Amino acid sequence: MDSFVTQRLGRPVGLAAMMVSWGLVALLTTALFSFAFSQLHYGWNWEAIWQYRQKFVQGWLMTVALSAASLLLSLIIGLLAALARRSSFLPLRYSAVLYVEIVRGTPLLVQILVLFYVVANAFGMENRYFVGVLALSLFAGAYLAEMIRSGIDSIRGSQLESARAIGLTRGQTYRYVIFPQLVRQLVPPLTGQFASIIKDSSLLSIIAVSEFTLNAQEVNAFTYSTLESYLPLALGYLLLTLPISLLSRLLERRFHFAT
Amino acid sequence: MRLEFGALSKRFGNRQALCDVSLSVPEFKSLAIIGPSGGGKTTLLRIIAGLEIPESGVLSIDGQRVDFSEEFLLSHRRSIGTVFQAYNLFPHLTARENVILPLVKVHGRSTDEAQAIVETLFERFQLSGHANQRPAELSGGQQQRVAIVRAIAIKPRFLIFDEPTSALDPEMTAEVLDCIADLRAEGRDLIIVTHNMGFAREVSDHCLFIAEGQVLEDGRSAELFRNPQHPQLANFLAKVLRY
Repeated sequence: MDSFVTQRLGRPVGLAAMMVSWGLVALLTTALFSFAFSQLHYGWNWEAIWQYRQKFVQGWLMTVALSAASLLLSLIIGLLAALARRSSFLPLRYSAVLYVEIVRGTPLLVQILVLFYVVANAFGMENRYFVGVLALSLFAGAYLAEMIRSGIDSIRGSQLESARAIGLTRGQTYRYVIFPQLVRQLVPPLTGQFASIIKDSSLLSIIAVSEFTLNAQEVNAFTYSTLESYLPLALGYLLLTLPISLLSRLLERRFHFAT
Repeated sequence: MRLEFGALSKRFGNRQALCDVSLSVPEFKSLAIIGPSGGGKTTLLRIIAGLEIPESGVLSIDGQRVDFSEEFLLSHRRSIGTVFQAYNLFPHLTARENVILPLVKVHGRSTDEAQAIVETLFERFQLSGHANQRPAELSGGQQQRVAIVRAIAIKPRFLIFDEPTSALDPEMTAEVLDCIADLRAEGRDLIIVTHNMGFAREVSDHCLFIAEGQVLEDGRSAELFRNPQHPQLANFLAKVLRY
């Protein structure tokens, strides 16, 4: 039993202990769900779903594309908002505060609906895919802005002082001192953010963006096979988020250096 | 070099850090600024370094008046080598990269030239084995020596040290002070704020005693330390030299 207990977090774990422990966890989880599903009186109909496999693949690819585009755009928005929050021009700084607080304080669902049916409509933006990416980016951008801002704040004042003393301009200080450190700090949470964006993109189904979730919903409507439609959906998301979460942990270790 | 202060004043919030400091410091090679903590010596040093702008007053260095516009101060700072108490170096860069950065990006040297400068100076300051280490992998004394190398690599008009050893243990203090004494012996102009009276006395030829935002006494170091005139300086020296 002792070999299953690590003395301290972060201590290396023996391979055998790790394998056995993971096996135990897998076994318990399988047992739990096997029992739950065995109690279910449900006529499984996987054939009906199989006919629509193309739809799942297309939806999945669309989700990947939307998420990637949103990650890129949210990074730009987050960076601009973080810089705006540090601006000495007060109206600009307060706009950034308002943006971050409103976005972080309201449900994404409402934001998507308002952006699509009210704002986009008023400005004649009709492409729901574009509006969808914009909504996701504005949402994630607010969280990124806070991450970037706290990242910049965490860089010691003494470093900015050194940068000034050796004669770097403000731009050079950002380029050679702040950004390189920021990137290292931000890569791990950014990958986590990417996983969030992937899951959040499922909400775009409400404005009829033909992504993974909407396609699963449609297959469900065609076949009346609810679980068969949604279980592959969960699996499809896990297929994306699990490797990203592993990558995030790997990068965290790699980019870690003492300050 | 020569320094002239004309009615320099600086306040931080309610605290008057410097109050109407007027003084002409005659020709010196090495100036020590001493005094109790919070007395204004670091503020004066930072104004000389172009890192702080006084509310009012005039500063002249070698007869040339310092214009406190950001544009002038940037080039002013670029012409001076400054070493702070601690955390001078950028943690994401190696020792070598820390020295190369200002040489290439601020002073327009080629990377090859900068590399050569670093090699020579690291060798001289026994840092060759540490060129590829990040600050966190260096001892406090080594970090300060790298900071000193970065300061002299740009061939500054003069060097400024702001309590360069106050964050170090005694052994490392000696290693850094030796290094500064070497620079002094080389004939470089330097201004140093220090709590180490023995060192101030040995390394400087002129000394300012600052307390309560005023220069209470100034003079040739040998004389000032042997025969302090102002009661506060006598008191201060008696206190810091007691142990």
